[in-house]
Amino acid sequence: MTAFASVPLRPEPHQKRDLEMAYQPQEIFFRSNAPVTVDEDLCIAHKGCTVCVDVCPMDLLAINPATQKAYMAFDECWYCMPCEKDCPTGAVKVDIPYLLR
Amino acid sequence: MTHSVTRATLEQEYDIVVIGGGTAGPMAAIKAKERNRDLRVLLIDKANVKRSGAISMGMDGLNNAIIPGHSTPEQYTKEITIANDGIVNQAAVYAYATHSFETIEQLDRWGVKFEKDETGDYAVKKVHHMGAYVLPMPEGHDIKKVLYRQLKRARVSITNRLVCTRLLKDEEGAVNGVMGFDCRTADFHVIKAKAVILACGAAGRLGLPSSGYLMGTYENPTNAGDGYAMAYHAGAELANLECFQINPLIKDYNGPACAYVTGPLGGYTANNKGERFIECDYWSGQMMWEFHQELESGNGPVFLKLDHLAEETIQNIEEILHSNERPSRGQFHANRGTDYRTQMVEMHISEIGFCSGHSASGVWVNERAETSVKGLYSAGDMAAVPHNYMLGAFTYGWFAGNNAADFVAGREFSAVDAAQVETEKQRVYAPLDREHGLPPAQVEYKLRRFVNDYLQPPKVTKKMQIGLQRFSDIQRDLDQIKAHNAHELMRAMEVSMIRDCAEMAARASLFRAESRWGLYHYRVDHPQRNDSDWFCHCHLKKDENGQMSSFKKAVEPYIIPLDAEEMQAYDRLRVGAFAA
Repeated sequence: MTAFASVPLRPEPHQKRDLEMAYQPQEIFFRSNAPVTVDEDLCIAHKGCTVCVDVCPMDLLAINPATQKAYMAFDECWYCMPCEKDCPTGAVKVDIPYLLR
Repeated sequence: MTHSVTRATLEQEYDIVVIGGGTAGPMAAIKAKERNRDLRVLLIDKANVKRSGAISMGMDGLNNAIIPGHSTPEQYTKEITIANDGIVNQAAVYAYATHSFETIEQLDRWGVKFEKDETGDYAVKKVHHMGAYVLPMPEGHDIKKVLYRQLKRARVSITNRLVCTRLLKDEEGAVNGVMGFDCRTADFHVIKAKAVILACGAAGRLGLPSSGYLMGTYENPTNAGDGYAMAYHAGAELANLECFQINPLIKDYNGPACAYVTGPLGGYTANNKGERFIECDYWSGQMMWEFHQELESGNGPVFLKLDHLAEETIQNIEEILHSNERPSRGQFHANRGTDYRTQMVEMHISEIGFCSGHSASGVWVNERAETSVKGLYSAGDMAAVPHNYMLGAFTYGWFAGNNAADFVAGREFSAVDAAQVETEKQRVYAPLDREHGLPPAQVEYKLRRFVNDYLQPPKVTKKMQIGLQRFSDIQRDLDQIKAHNAHELMRAMEVSMIRDCAEMAARASLFRAESRWGLYHYRVDHPQRNDSDWFCHCHLKKDENGQMSSFKKAVEPYIIPLDAEEMQAYDRLRVGAFAA
C-alpha cells in the first residue's frame, strides 16, 4: 500500500462539501523587471522630495515607507522620462522596458 | 506602499471645469480666465498638469503652422480637405487655419522657442504634399513649463490625479457637472459646473502594440479614451470614428521616427533596398496604405533612411530627436547598436486608435468647439477637427475657453440629480468592493488583443462582427474585475472606457460600407471608394434607447472650392504614380 491509498481522490457522497468553499480563488503575481530604478544614496525622498512621484503620468512611482526612498510600484511604464529628467539629484534611471528593448 | 484608501465623497462647484491638462486643456482654462477673470475655472488632470498629455516631454515642431508669407488659410484648408478625402467640415478647419498664427504669436510671447532664420522670420519647412506648414521647435522640451507658468499667472485652480468617469446632466439635457475619483485615495468627487470642456486626448490604448507591452503605445497611455467614453455616455455625437489613427513608428519602440524632423534635413522613408517609395512623408491614410503595402511586400520591411546624411546633420537630428517628445529614443537605438550613420532604422505600423489630431476620429465639434450637447465643449486630439495636431489643440482650446466663458455668463448652477451620482458611485466602487475577481491588466490585455484581431485594417466584415460579440463578452467580464487599491481601480475603470471605444470602433467601421482614407478604413469586402453613397460624415451616438447608433450627416458646403485635379493629389503618393 502506498500513502496515496489513504487519500480519497474524490469525496464520498457523505463527505460532499460546499464546492464554493472547496475551490478558493487564488492569485499568482507576475514577476516583472522594473524599468525605473532609483539610486537610494542619491534619492532625497526622506527629506520630503516627491518630484518623481508627482510627475509620472501613469502614477507608477511611490515612496517606500520603510526606506523613505522612491521606487517603482507598478510595471506600466511609458519610458517617457519626466521622472529621470526632473529628479533634482539624478537618482532616477529609466530603462526601456525589457519587452521593447 | 499604496496610498490609504479613504473613499470620502467630496462636492465642489466651479463655473467651468476643464478635463485634461495636456495641451488644449491648459489653453482653454487660461483663455476662459482671460475672458472673465471672475470665473472659477478648474483644470483636472488624471496625471499631473506639469508633465501630462501628449507633449509631456515637449514637442519638436508644429506640423501645421499657417504663417503669412509661407502659406494661406485657404491653401491649408484645401490641403486638409484633400488629405482627408473630402470628408471635412471646412468651416472648422478654416477657423483653425485663420487663427493659427495668432496662437503661434501667443506661444512665442509666453516663451516657446520656434526656429527662425537669420532675418528673424519663422523657418517654415515643407513636409506636406502641397504646401509648407512645418515649423521646427528645436528647444520645444520646455513647453509644459511655459504652460504651467501661465496657468499659475491666470489663477486657474488645478486638481491632479483625478480620474473623471462620467458627466452629469440636468433636466434640460445640458451638462452640469463631472464625476470621478482620486487614483490614490479613491475619494469620489462630484463637481458641479455650468460648462465642461473635454480635452482628454486620443484613445491611445485601443489596439495592443505589436510588442505586446500594454503601455508601450504610441500615445501617452494615460489617454485611454476617457473623453470619448464620457462624451458618448453624455449623448454627444462622435464623428468619423472609422477613420482610425495608424502611424508609421520605430519598430518595438513604437514612437515616431520622426519624418517631420528628418525630412527637411534629407531623411526619408525607404524600403529594404534603401529606395524611396512614397513621395511625401506627411501622415495620411493614403501614405499609410503605401507604407502597409511596402511593409508586406518583398521590399519590406520599411526603414527611416538617414545613413546618407552628413555627420553634422546627423548630430543635429540626434540632438532634436533625443531630447524632445520621446527622448528615450536615443537609449533604444544605443541598446540595439543602431547608429543613424551606418544603419537604417526599422519601422513598423502602430496599433489603432482614435485621434482627430492625426486623422479625423473624434467627438464632433463645430468651429466654436461646441459639441452636440449643451454646455459641453471639446478640444485637442479627441475633438473631430481633422489633422489638428498640437497647434490645433491649442487653437481649439482657445476657442473652447472663450466660448464656454461666454456661455456661462449669467447662467446659474442647475440641480445635480442624486440618482446619477448614486449609480456612478456604485459602478466605480464595484471593483473595490468585490472580494475576488479578474485583474484589470488581464482583462485589458484580452480586450486589446481582440481589437487587433478583429479591427486592425484591412477590415473584414465578418471579423468585425465577431469582434462585437467578443466586446460584449468583455462587458460581462467588467463585472468580475477586482481592484486591490485605488491605482488598480483607475486601470479597471479605464478598461470599461477602452471597451466602449472598441465597440464604437467596430460599429463605426461596419456602418461605412466602402473604403476611404487609405489604410485607415480599408474594407476588404468593400474595396472601392463610393462617393455616391458615402460622400458624407458618419456620426455615432447613444440613442434614446441607450443603443449605439450610427447615421449619415451631409458634408457641409465647401467654403474653399476644389477642382477635380486637386482632389486627387493624395491618391498619387507612390513614387512613379504619375508615370504609371
